Amino acid sequence: MSAGVRTVVLWCPDWPVLAACREHGIDPALPVALTEKGLVHSCSPAARRDGVTRGLRLREAQYRSTALAVLEYDAALDHRAFEPVVRGIEAIVPGVQVLRPGTLAMRARGPVRYYGGEDAAAWALLEAAAGLGVAGARVGIADGPFAAEQAARAAGTGRSVGAARATTGDPADPAPGRSPGAVLAVPPGDSAAFLAPLPVSLVADARTTTLLHRLGVRTLGEFAALPDDDVRRRFGAAGAFAHDRAAGRERSRVAPRTPPPDFEVEQHFEPPLERVDQLAFAFRVRAEEFIERMRAVRLVCTGIRVELDDERGGHSSRSWLHPQWFTPADVVDRVRWQLQGSGTADAGLEAAIVRLRIVPERVDSTGNHEEGLWGGGPDERVHHGLTRVQSMLGHEGVVTAAIGGGRMLADRQVLVPWGDRAPERAAAGAPWPGSLPALAPASVFRERLPVALVDAEAAPVAVDARGAISAPPASLAVGGGRAAPVRAWAGPWPVVERWWDADRARRVHRFQVVDHDGCAWLLVRDGEGWWAEARYD
Amino acid sequence: MTAPRPAPDGAIASEPAPAARLERVEELQARIRGMQATRLDTRAVPTHPALASVLPGGALREGAVVQVEGSITLLMAALAGPSRSGRWVAVSGIPEFGVEAAARFGIDLERLVLVPDPGGQWLTVAAALADVIPVVAVRPAGRLAPAEASRFAARLRQRGALLLVDGDWPGSDARLELERSDWTGLERGHGHLAEREVVVRVTGRGEVGRGSRRRLRLPAGDLGFAAIDEAAAPSAIRAVEPVGDHEAAIAPERGEADGPTAASAPDVVHRPEFAARAS
Repeated sequence: MSAGVRTVVLWCPDWPVLAACREHGIDPALPVALTEKGLVHSCSPAARRDGVTRGLRLREAQYRSTALAVLEYDAALDHRAFEPVVRGIEAIVPGVQVLRPGTLAMRARGPVRYYGGEDAAAWALLEAAAGLGVAGARVGIADGPFAAEQAARAAGTGRSVGAARATTGDPADPAPGRSPGAVLAVPPGDSAAFLAPLPVSLVADARTTTLLHRLGVRTLGEFAALPDDDVRRRFGAAGAFAHDRAAGRERSRVAPRTPPPDFEVEQHFEPPLERVDQLAFAFRVRAEEFIERMRAVRLVCTGIRVELDDERGGHSSRSWLHPQWFTPADVVDRVRWQLQGSGTADAGLEAAIVRLRIVPERVDSTGNHEEGLWGGGPDERVHHGLTRVQSMLGHEGVVTAAIGGGRMLADRQVLVPWGDRAPERAAAGAPWPGSLPALAPASVFRERLPVALVDAEAAPVAVDARGAISAPPASLAVGGGRAAPVRAWAGPWPVVERWWDADRARRVHRFQVVDHDGCAWLLVRDGEGWWAEARYD
Repeated sequence: MTAPRPAPDGAIASEPAPAARLERVEELQARIRGMQATRLDTRAVPTHPALASVLPGGALREGAVVQVEGSITLLMAALAGPSRSGRWVAVSGIPEFGVEAAARFGIDLERLVLVPDPGGQWLTVAAALADVIPVVAVRPAGRLAPAEASRFAARLRQRGALLLVDGDWPGSDARLELERSDWTGLERGHGHLAEREVVVRVTGRGEVGRGSRRRLRLPAGDLGFAAIDEAAAPSAIRAVEPVGDHEAAIAPERGEADGPTAASAPDVVHRPEFAARAS
């Protein structure tokens, strides 16, 4: 049985936390936890000292560490933030595989020969990582990626297993910042011994782990001692793979990635620019270059992310989609919209912009976006016209509509800016008990109009706790206008929503009323009074 | 066109009162003038059949400016025809445009564009929309000079776009407005709105001289629009009309808010009740 290929693994501890802290501007030394589906996904060292562990329920974690800052785990952010680190490492050691964000594997042969020894190569990697802003990275060297990763995780914990030696750097040249034990090199052939005391759950899934525990197999060493053929018969191919890993003769190799072409553009402004139109003008050339570079390799961009830094240290990042593909003018438009919101082009900014960066988020082959032989369809013309209107009024100025779920009319209409994807919403087709009958009002007021609905004695009509009205309505005045007699009415139709949530709870009574001009209104009675929600006109 | 010849079928049905015959003649003349388009190649925009019976010429025309006032439902009826035939429609400056009602009335939301707040740039926005979208509805946010309006109309004719205006527009081709509306289904304390009958009044330049009226179900019980056949069974409005004379029929209806009259007895079911309450 041959041993696995000698492999180096660079591990950045708590990478998700570090990436999230950088994005949100939080000090990673504070207790921070990332959650996924209500459970703690990862946490900072300070939080760990307070007793927060992975898999803990959020409430329990907050109980253990009262000052805990909680953020949502974002896998995309993880990858994105790791990309500069990968590029930095690739600059000194080619052929790097990203095992997951925060963990890199590479074959040991090249760097060891180049740097003249495993320790030297490891320290070169650690110095590069420190230069990229990753403090406290660890390096493990062993036979095969799995063993090397376990070595990297074991480094710095003071655990010296078997013949593994933790180095403290070159004693002849004690460079500052070399924390002791950041590198753990397992001598060739000793990987199995190094792995032996580790728990078996590292190689097997939860079910198999439980089964192995019941069989009395608790460590990798015990698992590796089982006969090869028996493991394969009992646990199948996956079991055999895990068995190989546990025995330190992993067959998988480092699969180095091909560095993707770099399309992103970044521009620094010195002196900082204070006006939107200045910025748009200054960026135009780079925007053309950005699109041109992609076009040269037959790609079009359908989604970009715009990142802006201002001189006060503010950071704004937003993704923009395009219904077709971005042209340079579209890119400049998105930058403008992100800056000005709904203001006008010559409006001043709150803080001057020092840096602008455009990252392509979605690229596609031009082949999928080729124009037809007779030019684009009519929809393309529509798109160009609407884009023009959008550049006049801002991104939110032109919207398309969809019908969402809900009981109140305003909830049911979903307005999406032109070019954006409709958000995932509750289904409109669901029954929604308490919603209106099929006939929908033609005018739905964005802001409800105050109305006065009074009975025959000119006293406001009230609805009591049991949903009974005080007297039949006799006269209606909308928005402080002239009172008109009520011809017909029906109600109250109660709508009670989210009573368990004090902030978003809603308890209203609806009425349909026809006034004397034959105009029908949908009125709403809430705690504050009467409102017109919509008009059937 | 000064001496209208009686239409052949008018001669056969000689029973109705002279006023009714005159009206019939006028209607036929309007149709003739509608067919003899004043401009070259003005093509018809697919129009909802209910609305087609109202409009001079039987259809909305490309390059025309039609005022649709006081009713978003009527506006939706005008948009539903083109939208159903696959055209894009745009609505600018009407923030309360009810999307759900639009979808139920047959406007395809995939090809509906809304510009809720064009603000002061409403005319520029309307022009930009009319360049690419064949049917545009706008609510003017200010007064428009006649010169601007005619420049805009020229642009519409060039693009073949139809402009529906909810508001004032100098020199529009036609103007539709609701003269009265009667809801059914809702009573005093029970029921819910089901359908309504409206009288749509059409006035306009040249083609429709004095204005004609037409009764529609807007919307009908099945969420569609339908013209009401004048010869059908007596309905609420029909019952109070003195035979033949429309002008006379509408006037007392409108004046009725001042004081209850006995003539409204067979009208909407709940009205006598109201009269009793108010007196």
